[in-house]
Amino acid sequence: MPYTPELKQLIKKVEATRPERVRRKKEGKEMPAMSLEERQAVLDAFHPDCKKTSKRSIGVGVNKGYAISPEIVDQLESKSRVNPDQVDLNPRFTTDVLVVGGGGAGVAAAIMAKEHGAKVLILTKLRVGDANTMMAEGGIQSSSKLHKDSPYYHYLDVLGGGHFKNVPELAEALVGDAPETLAWLESLGCMFTKDPDGRLLTIHGGGTCRKRMHYAADITGAEIMRTLRDEALNFPEDIKVIDFTSAVELVLNDQGQCAGVVAYNHETEEYFTIKAKAVIMATGGSGRLHIQNFMTTNHYGATGDGLVMGYRAGVELNFLHTVQFHPTGVSYPDQIEGLLLTEKFRGMGANILNIDAEQFVFEREPRDVEAAAFIRECEERKKGIATPSGKVGVWLDSPMIDDLKGKGTVEKEFVGKWKLYMRHDIDISKEPMLTYPTLHYQNGGLKINARSETSLPGLYAAGEVAGGIHGENRLMGNSLLDVCVFGRRAGRSAAEFVKSGAKDGKLGLEHVKKYHQELEAAGIGGGRVSPMLLPDYGNPDVRKNQITTCYLGTIR
Amino acid sequence: METKVNLIPIHVMGKQYMVPDTLTVMKAMEYAGYQLTRGCGCRGGICGACGIAFRLPDSYKIEVGLACQAMAQPGMYLAVLPFFPNKRGIHDLNKVKAAVDTFKALYPEVFKCVSCNTCTKSCPMSIEVMDYINAVIRGDIVQAAELSFDCVMCGLCTSRCPAEISHANVAILARRLYGSQITPRAEHLAKQVEQVKAGKFNEGLDQLKKADVNKLKELYKAREAEPDNTPDEWAPKSNDYL
Ligand SMILES: Cc1cc2nc3c(=O)[nH]c(=O)nc-3n(C[C@H](O)[C@H](O)[C@H](O)COP(=O)(O)OP(=O)(O)OC[C@H]3O[C@@H](n4cnc5c(N)ncnc54)[C@H](O)[C@@H]3O)c2cc1C
Ligand code: FES
Repeated sequence: MPYTPELKQLIKKVEATRPERVRRKKEGKEMPAMSLEERQAVLDAFHPDCKKTSKRSIGVGVNKGYAISPEIVDQLESKSRVNPDQVDLNPRFTTDVLVVGGGGAGVAAAIMAKEHGAKVLILTKLRVGDANTMMAEGGIQSSSKLHKDSPYYHYLDVLGGGHFKNVPELAEALVGDAPETLAWLESLGCMFTKDPDGRLLTIHGGGTCRKRMHYAADITGAEIMRTLRDEALNFPEDIKVIDFTSAVELVLNDQGQCAGVVAYNHETEEYFTIKAKAVIMATGGSGRLHIQNFMTTNHYGATGDGLVMGYRAGVELNFLHTVQFHPTGVSYPDQIEGLLLTEKFRGMGANILNIDAEQFVFEREPRDVEAAAFIRECEERKKGIATPSGKVGVWLDSPMIDDLKGKGTVEKEFVGKWKLYMRHDIDISKEPMLTYPTLHYQNGGLKINARSETSLPGLYAAGEVAGGIHGENRLMGNSLLDVCVFGRRAGRSAAEFVKSGAKDGKLGLEHVKKYHQELEAAGIGGGRVSPMLLPDYGNPDVRKNQITTCYLGTIR
Repeated sequence: METKVNLIPIHVMGKQYMVPDTLTVMKAMEYAGYQLTRGCGCRGGICGACGIAFRLPDSYKIEVGLACQAMAQPGMYLAVLPFFPNKRGIHDLNKVKAAVDTFKALYPEVFKCVSCNTCTKSCPMSIEVMDYINAVIRGDIVQAAELSFDCVMCGLCTSRCPAEISHANVAILARRLYGSQITPRAEHLAKQVEQVKAGKFNEGLDQLKKADVNKLKELYKAREAEPDNTPDEWAPKSNDYL
């Protein structure tokens, strides 16, 4: 939908203050950044993580007492979707390595496991590539410019971003593997943006001391994802795919190893067992849990399933006490609400403005501070811009990028977003965008070591579902990297385990039964079941009439 | 600023529902009561999972689009195409050449293109699909790769193609050949890989791994920052740890 007449009226104000703002910026006169004290104050009062109600202690399991987002706790404090006694544990499929999740981490792992001699099965909820990886825009970090950058400086940046809490071995693996991983993607044919002589172009990202953000126009994640997918699908003998089917529980064997999953076919609604010598959990993030009712940048299937399955099997969680919000999510038009507007808009000079077209925050504060400042402007100062559907936002003044860097810059540098908005009759090189903070990234997850092993033999984890690499806060460009680095490591480790460590044994779901008993003993969980698999955006008015009492015939 | 809801009729696979006129087809289907288990991925126009075909009331035209992007329109008749059988020419990228013969072998149907331009007209990403197919036919892989770069692989072009070409798979082959064989490899990156392998950075990283938080903070604050608007040649004053 184009802007309504009311909003167009407000845009006039933005246009009125623009020439002066552009002039100041050209003269290098920026709005001052906040002092460290001011930053802390706005974070404490307005950042979603700091709200008193933002955390609840987990009541059962290995992390009992650990306080994290209640929406995630709800998922953990739930029973299985199935009665473990009813599951048919005779495997319908058997494989060496089972990869759960067809995103960047999962597919990278599959390719590597195959290269190390394993037969692989990818099980994925939607289609391979319907994943957060596909949606990443900005870029992927790696040191590659020898004269000014190295893994050493990359490491320092990673730790500074993570509040110095990162697990050192994981951060080391990330920065150390980075060049090789990037070269691997290049060899697979990813079209990274380059000079004619092959030199990779690099820019800054939030918190980098050297320009080491490599990119493929503004669809870096899509370019990586579709390339990896294409590579995997070219080896149908070794890498099989089952899509539109979710894993709902891990299966263990009597040797104490992870030995497969219980899967759920979304169409036939049956649960069945897949047996594997090693399992790689690569289910991604959890934006669709809509923590504190925030909109999200994440894809439809990002519901934190891997956390639940791993936790029931006794794998520890870490770094889930912080959640990453991105300051600039779309708040209008509704059709694309929550979608990410990359940091690059602000990096190239676009101001942030309130309803009176005044600047109220420097546009390049750290992500958490910037987001908190938006929330303060709208909630406390009531200077946000209301949208027709009752949401709120602040202006991101993209047209000033053309004024600063030359006509056509917005269309060229942000072609994906420009086209997207044009479909709604909004030309972002001429009209500003309405934005509000959006739920973006799951900083923590299943605890792993540098080989991507969890504490459960035979179970590996990689990508957004794993925790520790980024400490309490991930920097832009380090997640696409992490997905590929640890995806590859997990694939390799799992293939080795298949050859040397895996033992055959009787399959069982004793851990699920035990978890159920714990829940009952603690008197928590109510009638909840998890993992969620897909969020419910069905119409509640329709829902209340879906009152079939039981299955009869073919109509539910 | 709550505005009043204007309901319009749409026909989802033949059945009529009244939905607000401000919704995308995807959200309109959810409003109607559908719970999507297919045909929905990123919800943001980039994954290509949500193809639809539709016709408007007084038109003979079959149109296609992405459910998460196309708006519900009064009287539209729509069908969901969450899956379309695409052909894949199985190959090992390392064993095929960046040459027109590769396409002749893997996707011979490309050369039967009748230049009707229906593919281009049906592309939700406004890609010049027919032009890149023609580029492939001419053996111009560079142009095919560049023109198709924004492809989300939804397969809608294929659903409409009289020559039954699987355009998206042809295009990604062109792009991967371009990226791996035609553009020069980044020499600086290859050198960095060698240096890492040779263990050049191990000592520095070991120091960092062992450092306590205070030491790390000190080193972090002392980092020399590359200014934003300097050319790539910029070099830090200190060569340590490079
Ligand atoms: C809009 C956006 C922009 C971003 N931009 C950047 C950026 O510029 N740079 C950067 O480095 N990072 C960026 N990120 C972060 C990064 O893209 C993700 O963190 C990363 O790609 C996650 O990869 P993954 O493989 O772990 O998960 P995903 O790519 O999300 O893949 C997970 C897969 O698992 C499947 N799955 C989930 N549950 C189950 C189940 N129960 N059974 C079977 N399958 C299941 C999902 O359907 C999905 O296919 C961005 C993220 C978003 C959302
Ligand atoms: S859901 Fe991804 S393109 Fe529509």
